[in-house]
Amino acid sequence: MTQDAIRDAVLRNLGKIAPEADLEHLQPAVSFRDQLDIDSMDFLNFVIALHKELGVAIPEKDYPKLATLRGCVEYLASATARSPA
Amino acid sequence: MADFVMPKLGPDMTSGILVAWHTKPGDRVKRGDVVAEIETDKGVIDVEVFSSGVLEKLVVQPGEKVPVGTVLATLREDGGITMPQASAAAAATTPLSTTPQVSPSQAAADLSKLRISPSARELARKLGVDPSRVQGTGPSGAITRDDIERAAKQPQKPAARGFDAVRMRQAIAAAMSRSKREIPHYYLSTTIDLGRALDWLTAANEKRLVTERLLPGVLLLKAVALALRDFPEMNGFWLDERFQASAAIHVGTAISLRQGGLIAPALHDTDKLSLDELMQKLREVVQRTRTGALRGSEFTDPTITVTSLGERGVEAVFPIIYPPQVAIVGFGKVGPRPWVVDSQVVARPLVTATLGADHRVSDGHRGGLFLAAIDRLLQEPGKL
Repeated sequence: MTQDAIRDAVLRNLGKIAPEADLEHLQPAVSFRDQLDIDSMDFLNFVIALHKELGVAIPEKDYPKLATLRGCVEYLASATARSPA
Repeated sequence: MADFVMPKLGPDMTSGILVAWHTKPGDRVKRGDVVAEIETDKGVIDVEVFSSGVLEKLVVQPGEKVPVGTVLATLREDGGITMPQASAAAAATTPLSTTPQVSPSQAAADLSKLRISPSARELARKLGVDPSRVQGTGPSGAITRDDIERAAKQPQKPAARGFDAVRMRQAIAAAMSRSKREIPHYYLSTTIDLGRALDWLTAANEKRLVTERLLPGVLLLKAVALALRDFPEMNGFWLDERFQASAAIHVGTAISLRQGGLIAPALHDTDKLSLDELMQKLREVVQRTRTGALRGSEFTDPTITVTSLGERGVEAVFPIIYPPQVAIVGFGKVGPRPWVVDSQVVARPLVTATLGADHRVSDGHRGGLFLAAIDRLLQEPGKL
């Protein structure tokens, strides 16, 4: 899966969690929590959505790696390469 | 026969607008079915029926604004048993069930506070315009006949689903002002070591699929709910100048809306739900809160509120009781702080729990024991 496709999937699922968010201007290295005011329940729903769409297992200890857009793309690119959906 | 009445969906709600019926005369409905949408001071809410039977007659039509307690429809019940129009908890505990908290005359009095001349008011009635929704252009904002005529010519916009931020702010202001004015609050706080609870949670979540994982907040909610079994004076309502304990424990969980505002819907029978059931319920309720799809009973039924603001970095919350409830528990940030264990200072994940309670009902002594009970329960997470 390409990084662009992963980025699209991340942004699409973020949009479902925070429909009012301005995702075009999302800063890639700043946490979603700080930019979008999402809480732990939103974040869990986001992780569940990524798990379902991309078919990757995401252990709880890896959650911090998914805190930013850049982190998400890097982590999921690596995870999908290991276990293609 | 039973009456389906305009419910009271907030402490200061005096009237509501019937937005739409989801059913028609002759339809069979069962307890818990959403039968109508009601526009309240916080937005449009799905409202359930609390009896099973056949809907006989729709008394109020979409678009009509009526006082709380007004009969909206009549129902021929199964077995001919008359049930009050109320949730089980309200029926068991409080006159919220059968007696409207605000009489039609009080609602009318609210409308009478509007700056509007008698002739403009009469015109509004003739043209079917709700004066409380008209912006007045007369002296000191008074509503004139011209304002009413202009409003009548505008196409009627159906109320949008979801919450209206401006009206929600007004509703919160009204409820909190009333609370601060009427309820003699006392506050207590305690620091709780969550080390055992979080270790247990980490181990439990490792074995779970992502879809089944628990959040720490679920443990806190369950601990509060179980502690309430021994502290009935924290669980119920102050109504008619006396405390009315609730047999059921429905914890209201404060959920913030990103566009502003706050709702604390009930998690029904919180103490009886397993952690998995509670997590599933919480996910569903948060989602419905944020999409404006809560049900009426979720507004009316909380017997206590829990608010957690730790995710925003605050160490402690000093919460305001949501009337007619008599207590509220707040949790701050969960994080490593110095703590003494076996005479050694060690870093432990701590949380500050606070209690705001109503001195008309309980004293600090009992409040302290209640917080201690929550602490004790969190030290044995496997039993939650």
